[in-house]
Amino acid sequence: MNRKLWAALFLAGLAAPFLIYPVFVMQLLCFALFACAFNLLIGYTGLLSFGHAAFFGGAAYVTGYLVKNAGLTPELGVIVGTLAAGLMGYIFGILTIRRQGIYFAMITLALAQVIYFIALKAPFTGGEDGLQDVPRGMFLGLVDLGHTYHVAGKPLELNLYYFVFIIFCIGFWIIHRAIHSPFGQILKAIRENEPRAISLGYKVERLKLLAFVISASLAGTAGATKSLVFQLASLTDVSWHTSGEVVLMTLLGGLGTVLGPVVGAFTVVALQAELSAFGSWVTVVIGVTFVVCVLSFRRGFVGEVLEKIRTRPPGQND
Amino acid sequence: MKKRLMQFVTGTTILGMAMVAGAAGISTDVVKIGVLTDMSGVYSAIGGKGSVTAAKMAIADFGGKVLGKPIKLISADHQNKADIASTKAREWADTDHVDMITGLLNSGCALAVQKIGTEKKVISIATGAGSTTLTNEHCSPYGVHYVYDTYALPKVAGGAIVDTGGKSWFFLTADYAFGHSLEKNTAAFVKAHGGKVLGQVRHPLATSDFSSYLLQAQASGAKVIGLANAGGDFINAVKQAREFGIVQGGQTIAGMLVFLSDVKSLGLDVAQGMNFATSFYWDRDEASRKWSQRYFAKTGSMPTMNQAGVYSAVTTYLKAIKKAGTDNPDAVMKTMRGMKINDFFSINGHLRADGSMVHDMFLVEVKKPSESKAPWDLLKVIKQVPGDEAFMSLAEGSCSTVKK
Repeated sequence: MNRKLWAALFLAGLAAPFLIYPVFVMQLLCFALFACAFNLLIGYTGLLSFGHAAFFGGAAYVTGYLVKNAGLTPELGVIVGTLAAGLMGYIFGILTIRRQGIYFAMITLALAQVIYFIALKAPFTGGEDGLQDVPRGMFLGLVDLGHTYHVAGKPLELNLYYFVFIIFCIGFWIIHRAIHSPFGQILKAIRENEPRAISLGYKVERLKLLAFVISASLAGTAGATKSLVFQLASLTDVSWHTSGEVVLMTLLGGLGTVLGPVVGAFTVVALQAELSAFGSWVTVVIGVTFVVCVLSFRRGFVGEVLEKIRTRPPGQND
Repeated sequence: MKKRLMQFVTGTTILGMAMVAGAAGISTDVVKIGVLTDMSGVYSAIGGKGSVTAAKMAIADFGGKVLGKPIKLISADHQNKADIASTKAREWADTDHVDMITGLLNSGCALAVQKIGTEKKVISIATGAGSTTLTNEHCSPYGVHYVYDTYALPKVAGGAIVDTGGKSWFFLTADYAFGHSLEKNTAAFVKAHGGKVLGQVRHPLATSDFSSYLLQAQASGAKVIGLANAGGDFINAVKQAREFGIVQGGQTIAGMLVFLSDVKSLGLDVAQGMNFATSFYWDRDEASRKWSQRYFAKTGSMPTMNQAGVYSAVTTYLKAIKKAGTDNPDAVMKTMRGMKINDFFSINGHLRADGSMVHDMFLVEVKKPSESKAPWDLLKVIKQVPGDEAFMSLAEGSCSTVKK
């Protein structure tokens, strides 16, 4: 059954640009990957990072800058951006991983603000104008990602879309593998009961650090891809609002579920886009949605559905 | 495998491609104007719904039709996020066939939209963003920078204040690129006009306590304290300067980027005596008063220079379509460049090749409470500065599409 679901989702992903405005779908995919990466940390390891925008935006700047100024091809740009975010994640990680709860959140927030101020003041980021005019370039030097096809009079940027879709699938697969590997099981054990995991002989800090680095890297992948899609990296990407938004996406969709963050990211980004014509109501509607969600279905959209499925036939709780 | 799919897709549909490039007449049988502005964030008071109202008024005043085809208005909130502005602009260009996008309150958004405009041949007229890069390194054949920029404002304020006696300056500068460039530009003009800069102090973005900075400014003995910051920082600095009695002590405060709504929210009591440069003040002459009263009747507040700018920009654009006889963006841009832009907003205006709409600027002073006769009677115009003096000359600029 699971296999069928994945196949259906994959096909939906392939068909999406013909049904929905492709740039919007690409935006959805970037944020979905970002939320999935974040979920690996909060949902499976129990660490609430409040500084994930630093990896997302940091990678966006690194990729944007290198693709624009060093002539990197897009796939190399995304890889370098990912590695840069991973390195940042490693540095953040060794500084914060011994802390827990609110202290962990506050230190990650503080470090992310450092990145924000670097982005604001460093000469290569363009300050509050952002890093603009990032070229989309040629994938492997062969496929022009900036090319627009006209299908039935509708302009579709299919090359770029499938490039983004492949990146999303790879990122999602890595997260899925990580969650369902022994490594993921230990992370869950740490989340549930850290002292017990220690007593079983696991080097908890090292595992947490590894989870942090993977999460940061994939958040970086999302940011790097986004900088190619929108051809820009801006201060919004590194601001704490973005860190907060990813928390919101993950919680709305369902903490610690594989698909939850995807659903959550789609919901939040779609609300922002669809409500943009209503002006100041955006923040109100998203706020109310969040409150309703927390009050009435605390496991998030996907979490609640899974719970329903799990509890229906008695005796099948694992 | 994906590549093959794409080949299939292009192969089967390439014949169905519709080339949208009518040489004459109105493409898609409707002229669509998009107002992309900040409706919910920090800039909503200087643009926001007011800008949409101004655009609606412009369309209604034009008769709702151009070349016999209807004019449609759509609007959205860019939330000051460049990525949202970019998605919206792309969607408007691709699926809604928008012909012109105006508003654009912050520089990141304006740059992103102008970039898309270049790619998709959609005209963008920025009325709220300040960055001079819009008409320099990021200039575009379809981009217009309509109201003000961070070169013209400090030039007018800096130069004119020195000429009217404010010879010595001290700067309070927001410590990031925007503040630095305002300070640098202003200082250059102050010196060029024979004034001198006694010193400067940098404060972090979003400061709430300006006391130590203000005390330094006060102790410097400078005649003019230049505030090279904007928004909340600017308002906080002015409020606290009042508490330190800076204006009462004989020093003048000069804001580098001030909107009418800032003065209104500060109140005359606090802001009195402050000098700043602006493109527009509602109570300037008969024409501006007449339009602003109509605007006031609809919105309950007097227009800022951005809101008035949106009306003027939309009207100019529609006039250009009428004159050119087509909404083809190349033709319209060419016509606009050849037009004299004179209305209640723009005086001696003309659009240059780099996209800068050059028009006269004004140095204004905030009235004392005793001088003000009505709730919106806030400013007096001290000096009118010709556009060619106020804006960066083409020779100084670095726009690549301009032949030198």
